[in-house]
Formats: sequence, structure tokens, C-alpha cells
Amino acid sequence: MSNPVSDEARPTLLGWIQSSWRQNIIYLGFIIIFMFFAITLGDKGFLSSINLLNIIRQTAMISVMAVAMTFVLAAGEIDLSVGAVAGLASVTTAMGMDIGGVPFGIFAGLSTGLLVGMLNGLLSTKIGIPSFLTTLAMMGIAKGVAMWISSTKAVPILSEGYAWFFGGGSIGPIPVLLFWTLSFCVVGQLVLKRTTFGRFVLSSGGNETAARYSGINTSAIKFRVLVMTSMAAAVAGMLYAGRLQSGRFQLGEGDELSVIAAAVLGGTSLFGGKGTVIGSIMGALMIGLINNGLILMGLEFSQQLIARGGIIILAVAISQNRK
Amino acid sequence: MTPERSSTSLAVKMDKVSKAFGGVKALDEVNLEIRSGEIHALLGGNGAGKSTILKVLRGVHTADSGVIEIEGKPVIQHSTEAAQKAGIGMIFQEMSLIPTLTVAQNIFLTNEYKDSLGLIDDKTAISKSRELFKDLGVNINPRAYVDELSAGQRQLTEIVKAISQNTRVLILDEPSTALTSDEVDRLFEFLHHLKERGTAVVYVSHRMDEIMRIADRATILRDGRNVITAPISELTIELIIEHIIGVKSGGLSDIERKPVSRGKLLLELKNASGKHRPKNINLAVHAGEVIGVAGLLGSGRSALARLLFGLDPLVSGSIFIAGKKVNLRKPKDAIDQGIALIPEDRLHQGVVIDHSVEENISLSVMDRLSKYGWVSMRRAVENANKQIFDLRIKTPSYRTIVRNLSGGNQQKIVLGKWLASEPRVLILDEPTAGIDIGSKSEIIALVRQLASDGCAVILISSELPELLAACDNIIVMKDGEIVRTIERHELDSPESNNSGASTDLQYAEKKFQQALQEAHQ
Repeated sequence: MSNPVSDEARPTLLGWIQSSWRQNIIYLGFIIIFMFFAITLGDKGFLSSINLLNIIRQTAMISVMAVAMTFVLAAGEIDLSVGAVAGLASVTTAMGMDIGGVPFGIFAGLSTGLLVGMLNGLLSTKIGIPSFLTTLAMMGIAKGVAMWISSTKAVPILSEGYAWFFGGGSIGPIPVLLFWTLSFCVVGQLVLKRTTFGRFVLSSGGNETAARYSGINTSAIKFRVLVMTSMAAAVAGMLYAGRLQSGRFQLGEGDELSVIAAAVLGGTSLFGGKGTVIGSIMGALMIGLINNGLILMGLEFSQQLIARGGIIILAVAISQNRK
Repeated sequence: MTPERSSTSLAVKMDKVSKAFGGVKALDEVNLEIRSGEIHALLGGNGAGKSTILKVLRGVHTADSGVIEIEGKPVIQHSTEAAQKAGIGMIFQEMSLIPTLTVAQNIFLTNEYKDSLGLIDDKTAISKSRELFKDLGVNINPRAYVDELSAGQRQLTEIVKAISQNTRVLILDEPSTALTSDEVDRLFEFLHHLKERGTAVVYVSHRMDEIMRIADRATILRDGRNVITAPISELTIELIIEHIIGVKSGGLSDIERKPVSRGKLLLELKNASGKHRPKNINLAVHAGEVIGVAGLLGSGRSALARLLFGLDPLVSGSIFIAGKKVNLRKPKDAIDQGIALIPEDRLHQGVVIDHSVEENISLSVMDRLSKYGWVSMRRAVENANKQIFDLRIKTPSYRTIVRNLSGGNQQKIVLGKWLASEPRVLILDEPTAGIDIGSKSEIIALVRQLASDGCAVILISSELPELLAACDNIIVMKDGEIVRTIERHELDSPESNNSGASTDLQYAEKKFQQALQEAHQ
């Protein structure tokens, strides 16, 4: 102890496990739940490749939105409008395609996301309404617009190519949706961890004042992450539309809660400053896994809801730091 | 002092207390004995273990080994509730009053008086508060809302709150940081009062003059171990510093202050007025020069810093950097001009506390550490390690979370973050507030070093020894205006032969106080 500089204890392996196991609980939880279902439901086809690929298919939209949600939460904001925006984008895409073909449909869908995102961003940064309220209001508006323009009817999509690329298709046995999930995951993880933008997002959420004092335009960061979630939600809506070959306002309904739960399960802090994209994807897959397993177990929908809620509470409770 | 007497009057006895955090030994068999009715100073550098031992005593942390006795009774299951029950109260640096409640409501928070219907009885709370205040000789209106109170009044309220909960051992951690000197006098008077009632007071402060004034005994820790416990009458400031640092000297007065070698004019303000305080500021700072800014809290010192860093808008007048007129609308503009600000409030403005050392140091220089928006981890780590080495930041690694480091090291990280940007103009706002004397000297020496490397430096400080050690000229602010410029030679005693070396501190202080008095009339 005579020379304090060199005698600072180095982190030991044990210390690392003690300090970070809670952050990585998602991986352990994932494995435990997977094993549990594999053992109890093995004879009911849980482990069949068709079933496992189905889980990927069912969770792809949640995963795509969870990637962007990681950024919003890491920046200390929240976006509650993603589910409704996905529904709206599915409708605008289908209607756009009806008017001007596939390219115009895609353009309409993406524009929907961009427009809503910019609105969310402007209201939150320029007028200063907390993003929680802005996006809560936007959730209703987006749903209302989707119901209005579609007269609450499903808008059919006739293009086979679109349906294949956006969700319905597969390459050999691999569903296209797996590639969507993977590309969002890889790009999101790199952007969050390896770009200046990602650093600025995490810093703005970790300590907004310190970030501002460091020369970061925190309003611009907030604006951009809110645009990101809406765009991701629009893509998710387009995937829903492709998979079901139609646009409907109900698509994505209630997804915001699954998306936020996925991100939080994956170790992203609701208070900002902390988050990993891979964790969020794992969170989304875990929710999909639970849904799938509960269905195979033959639980009724009401029971599924209760069991799912309980598992999520348990997982989040374990992953929280004490006090 | 016979053994029996001391053992009966012991309020706290901590025996061979050890505590480690993730392999780092924060306390190594530390002993601490506090007598009833004494003011006991707990001293040590950052990371010496002061906060840890107090948190163990307060029940926030559990000791790995060792025995704690409170008023002779051994404590077995220690928790914050148990500690509070046993009569231990702690006044934190960050005040814990609720600003939207009244003084009386705060004092009896969680212990509210109820009427016969079980509803909260504010009237009784108010009259009880009034009694308490009267008993303790404090003059505060119990009906006032806490956010209307001055920092000093809040502090007293907080202490009264602790006393109302039957606190027998009162722990004060850096209580004077936010107080004016009048308020400090009042606090000390009050502490004497408590002492006479038999309360044991543990006083933690980096301000040596306060320790000498108020403490009866002192315990000094270094690197998580006991160095010495002694009556304050047997200690001198020099001796204390020696024990804290562990080597001889290293005081502020030994910092070499080379004669001014003015370079070119780097920063100039002409009739500059900001939205908040600063009014008609005329100031010129050359390369190689350190300008001190003195003045009371609220005199516009920090507002001047905010103006120069693009945080507050310029209302009239102009700012020139290296002869060019600049428009500083946001911090980024200032950073692009080579201005850096070490802000006043380290925790809220300086660091992202839950991020790593590297992430914090990289934050202001992301442009240089990245290409097309992609961060080069190699360069980021190199830069962080360079700052860790240059500034001697005590951290296990660049990956360490800043929260786990001591205050002095956190401040060095803020410095490192800005030095990495190689600023031309460096503004420091109370850079040594709440950090130990060792780190303090290091930081001031660094400021001198930066100036001689060609930086223009503005140092805002409430501590005269610091201003004297670092500055060439000192400006005094009042109500947003510069009311006086104290030239360096005014402070040098006639005997010291302008060699630039050590200054006659007492002479300088007298002169400085005179100048301040004139300025404030």
C-alpha cells in the first residue's frame, strides 16, 4: 500500500462476475427458459426447426423495433407510438402500392415513419413536451389516421415480390425475416457502440447536462432517436403487411409494451445512459420463446397473458441492481 | 484520561473495521473512536477511506470484518435503520431536504404528528419545530418552504432534522462547501452548542483552517488505514498535510510561479454583457497568463464562464478569440474556438457518472477520435491512457466506471476530458471544490504548467491560497461587474525580491482582503 498508484487492485474474474452478472442475466435466462421448454415440450415439437424458425418469424417485427427502442431509451427518452405507427405504415404502404406500385408503396411507408418521427421529435425538443406524452398522444393519432384512411378495412397487397421480400419469403428453409432481424441487430449494435452518434446517445441519456457541457447538441440527439424509432416502426409495419399480404390498422397493436419489455429485459435502462442492441434482440427472442412455449403447453390466452407477465416481472426484477 | 472514563464517554468505537469493493481494499483494519461531546475531524485524501468508514457507521455499507460499538453496545445487524435507531445521523454533501415542502414538514418527514383522526397535524409540527429552533438558537421560519431558504439555512434545517430524531452522533460531510463565511460562523456556533449538549460530531472537510478552528481531535486516514489520532492542539496544518499526503510538503505555496511571459492576446471581451449577470465586462487574457476571478457566490463569476462557453447568450458587446470576433451560441462553437470549461458542478455538469473513464475522457474530442462517424477504439483508449498517465488519475483501468472513483480523481477526469481537446483558452470554475489537498496542489500546478505552455487561463475560485498560487492578476466581481483588478505586485510583500518564488501568504492575504473590502464598498 506504500505506492498507491501501482497497488490499485486490478479487477479479478470473480469481481467481474459479481459486478456484471446482473447485466448479462438475459443470456442466462434465455438459456434456462429454452432448456425448460426443450425438456418439457420436446415431444410437442418445440425443438423442430419449423417451430424455431416460426419463433424468429413471429418476433422479427418486435426485434426490429426493439433495436431502435434501445437508442431512445439509452438517450433517456421513450417512444410509445411504435405499435400504432407500425399499423399506420402497413396501411399507407398498401394504399401507396395500390396507387403507384411497389416503389411508391415503400416510399409511402417510410415517409409515414419519417413524418411521425419528425413530429414526435419536434414536439419533444422544440416545444419541450416530454417524449412520454408526445408519443402517447401520437399513438392515438396514428391509430386514428390508420382507421380513417382505411375505413377500418384491410387493404390487400397483390405484389408477390413485395410480400416475399418484406416478410413472407424464405431462402431455402431460412425465412427472410431472419435476415431483417440480423441486419438490424448488426447495424444497430455497431452504431450504438462504435460511432460518435452512439456515444452521444448514451451520454445524453447518462447525464444530459454534462453532455451539453461537452458540446453535444442533446436536442438534436433526441430528435434523431425519435425519428429512428418511428422509421423502425414503419419498417416493422411494412414487414407485417408483407407477411399478411395486407395493411391493417390493428397490426402492431400493443407492440410498444413488448418492445419496451424486450429492451429492458436486455439490460437497457429506462432512465437512460445504458443499453445494448444485442440484449434487446435477445429480450425480443425471449418474449417470443415464452409466447411460443406457452401456446404449445396448451395454455389458454388468458393464462398466457398472466404467465407472460409474471415471467417478465421476474426477469426484470433479477436484472435490476439492488437499491 | 483514565481508561474507564474514556470508555464510558465513547459514543462510537469502531475496531479493526475492514471493507473491500470488488477486490479493492477500501478499509484495512481501521479504528475510529469518537467521544460524546467532542467535535472529531476525520481527515484524509480522496480514496483514503473517509466516506467508506462513515458509510459503514451509517449502515449504508456492511463491514467485511471488525467490531462496531455505539455507546458501549456492540452492533450486530447493521443497517441504515439500525444506525438511525442507535442515534447516528449523517448530513450528506448533497442535501436531502424536499424543496417543495415546508421546513416543519421536512423536519418531521416520516415522523409526522397526527391528530385524533390520524390525519397529519401541521400545527403541532410547526410549534415543535419552533421549540427545537429556539432550543438550538436557530432563527428559521418553520412555515417557509425549503426552496426559499439559503444554503446555510438549509444546512441548519437538515441538522435540526437529524437532532429531532434523537441523533447522538452527527456526521457532517463537507458541510461548508456551499456556505458563505458568515454562514460558516453560524454553523460553527451551532455545532459548539450541540457539543455542549453532549452530541458527538464527526466533521469531514478539506478546509484545514476550519478543522483547526473547530475540531477537538482528529483522525487521519491514508489508503484505507489509520495514520494517527490526536488532539488538534498537537497538530499543525503542515503536520496534517504531511500525514494526509504521506510525503513531506506538496503544499500550495511550493508551486513554482514563473514570472509572467505574456504571449499574444488570446481572449478579449469588450463591453460584453450576458443574459444573466455579467455586465459590461472588459477583459484581456494573454497566452501564458492566469487570471483569477474572485467574488461571492452569485456575483456573476460562473455566469461569466457560461457566457464564454456559449451556454448563455451574449446580449451586447463582443468577444474576440486571437483577435477574431466570434459568435458563441452553443458550447460546440466555443469548443471549435479552442475554449474549454471545467464546470463548477462536477457531478451534474462534468461527468457521466455511470460511464467508464474512457467514455468520459473521449466525449469532448469525439471528432478527433473518429473517422466518418466511426469511433477508433484504439485511439480512444490511447487518449484515455495518456490522460490517466499525465494527470496521475488513480483508476484500475480506463474501463472503470467513474462512480467508483474518488472525487479528486473524478475531477481529474473532467480535466483530462478537456485537456485532450488541447484548448487555447481554459476556464476553470472552482476546480478544487471538495477535493483533497494533494490533488488540489496537483491541479493548481497543472494550471500553471498549461499557462506556461501557452494557454490563456481563467480561474474562478473562492479560495485565496489557490488564487495566489496560480494567478497573475485577480479580478473581483460584484453584481455581474468587474469592480476591481488586483495586480499581482500589489500582493507581493516588499521584502520578497520579485523572484516569483514563494509568496508571503499572510501579507498577500491581508492585501487581498483590503482590496476586496474596497471593492465591495
